[in-house]
Amino acid sequence: MSISISGLTKRFGQTDVLRGIELGVDKGELVALLGPSGSGKTTLLKIIAGLEWPDAGRLAVDGQDWLQLAAQDRRIGFVFQHYALFPHMKVRDNLAFGLSVRPRAERPGKAVIKAKVDELLHFLQIDHLADRFPAQLSGGQRQRVALGRALAIEPKVLLLDEPFGALDAAIRRDLRRWLRGVHDATGSTTIFVTHDQEEAFELADRVVVMGEGQIAQIGNADAIHDHPATPFVARFMGATVELPVTLLAGRAEGAGLDLSALPRRALPDGAGRLFARPEDITPVPDAGAPWRIVSRTSTGAHLRLVLRHPELGEAETEVSRRAVRAETLIADAPVRLKIDAGTIFPADRHISAASASTRPHIPQKEKTR
Amino acid sequence: MTTITTNTGAPFRAKRVLPGFTLSLGTTLLYMTFIVLIPVIALILKGAEIGPDRFWRIISSPRAVAAFQITLTAALMATVFNAVYGLLMAWVLVRYEFRGKRIVDALMDVPFALPTAVAGLSLTALFSANGWFGPVLEAMGVQVVYTIWGIALAMAFTSVPFVVRTVQPVLEDMDPALEQAALTLGARPWTIFTRVVFPAILPAWLAGCTTAFARSLGEFGAIVFIAGNLPFRTEIAALLAYIRLEEFDYNGAAAIALVLLAFALVLLVVSNLLQVWASRYREASR
Repeated sequence: MSISISGLTKRFGQTDVLRGIELGVDKGELVALLGPSGSGKTTLLKIIAGLEWPDAGRLAVDGQDWLQLAAQDRRIGFVFQHYALFPHMKVRDNLAFGLSVRPRAERPGKAVIKAKVDELLHFLQIDHLADRFPAQLSGGQRQRVALGRALAIEPKVLLLDEPFGALDAAIRRDLRRWLRGVHDATGSTTIFVTHDQEEAFELADRVVVMGEGQIAQIGNADAIHDHPATPFVARFMGATVELPVTLLAGRAEGAGLDLSALPRRALPDGAGRLFARPEDITPVPDAGAPWRIVSRTSTGAHLRLVLRHPELGEAETEVSRRAVRAETLIADAPVRLKIDAGTIFPADRHISAASASTRPHIPQKEKTR
Repeated sequence: MTTITTNTGAPFRAKRVLPGFTLSLGTTLLYMTFIVLIPVIALILKGAEIGPDRFWRIISSPRAVAAFQITLTAALMATVFNAVYGLLMAWVLVRYEFRGKRIVDALMDVPFALPTAVAGLSLTALFSANGWFGPVLEAMGVQVVYTIWGIALAMAFTSVPFVVRTVQPVLEDMDPALEQAALTLGARPWTIFTRVVFPAILPAWLAGCTTAFARSLGEFGAIVFIAGNLPFRTEIAALLAYIRLEEFDYNGAAAIALVLLAFALVLLVVSNLLQVWASRYREASR
């Protein structure tokens, strides 16, 4: 089923939770809504499910207006972060719930329901759990059951709210692969919400990055990683070092910076702002450069350095210990910064107001021993 | 400058809130013995003193049987009423926001706080022939004061908070996602209530109803004002025991009290079994 969303807005009291969402999802697509907490991603998911209602906007699925439909009639599968299994029902009865609550006329017979449940148990590889109560299951098993319960009604759209958020890393990785398999096997249109970039990029066909109630960027891992569309996406994707630069004929220059590795950009001349990841910054010893090494921590494989500029404040870098001449990178040594990769945005008023010195980095804990 | 002083020289063993498990358990058991166990044992001994024949004769006397019947019937009426009304009240207090909700919530405790004699007096004043409700009900052919309805009314008044206050917290703690999940699976509101919400609050509701029933069996103060206390018609068991005591018939009083005690104990056991059954899915995990 294809989903089309336009102009969706939602306020909770004084807060704009969603501010004009435009999004289309194709039939059979697996889409991730990625964003920090408070970005509105869960609210968007709940509006699609019919558990929340927007103040304005349109939501259509296969051309049908879903804002005219109650949650019960949308036939969606919703998977909750904390599973929301019915605690007083055995796994079997949890799976059968969606079928057994249908109006009498549409309700399949007992034998049909049982066969369907058995089939699901087998498909989800949880046959042995059929007669257990949810309290007797592990987190990973519960989430499988929760997904099974949602799939039992053969949903038009499958929606998952931080489905693996409450699980530990190893199980999470397993379930991720398993969910991809389930999605490919059922061919359903699936949207899931996460704040975990790795999860979003590994699992989804397309990732929708959300921030402050708006869609900031839509794309795949490489595109979003290498070409963040806004400063927000750049920061969210780990480009935590922000430096002021000056643009001239598409080339950027900055105090104590070596920007020769960056490609020429189609940006207007004038002030700009560079966003870079700590691992894309290499400090090079340079007696005349303004940056000083403030602290140095080794993790064995990497050196983590905090650098200070007299006017710009602090910046953090992470370099491979073998790749640089580590012995030259000692405290108080003057260095220039070679930027291997980064994104430049023209400095508008909003960004230039937040200069490096007003949004300083929390320095690494200084090693005194 | 603040200095952090916690955890300096902390012992290896985790500290308990009360000093010493032995001491706190001992104190609890001692009070339990003095306040609960000894009176109960004394009552049983007093009853046993009179021998089975006489005991049977006392409790099977027509007046005593009538008193037990009236007490049980009225308590049952009160409990059925409270089971429904208490559940509704708890639901309203948890699920809806309205002006004066806090006041209503606080009023729910009035029957707990009010001296039962005061409750009995005010109910009598309202429902008597020259009260506010009395004439209206009488016109419809319903007599409350000096009938079993009055007894049930007084019992219901004093025991309703038991149901409300046991169901309320469980309802409050219910994960809203459970109902949302049922909604997305296509369940209609009534189905959600019967198949998801009610099973979750069933153990607490059963517990509340049993305590309300036990409390109704033992209610005295509120009833004697409104019941009229006519032997064979509106005389409750607790009052009969009191009358026997007034007549210096200690054995008679003890025998009747013992029957009430037996009722209460059976009720407690049944209630616990029901609760274990209703929450078996939770026990299963242990």
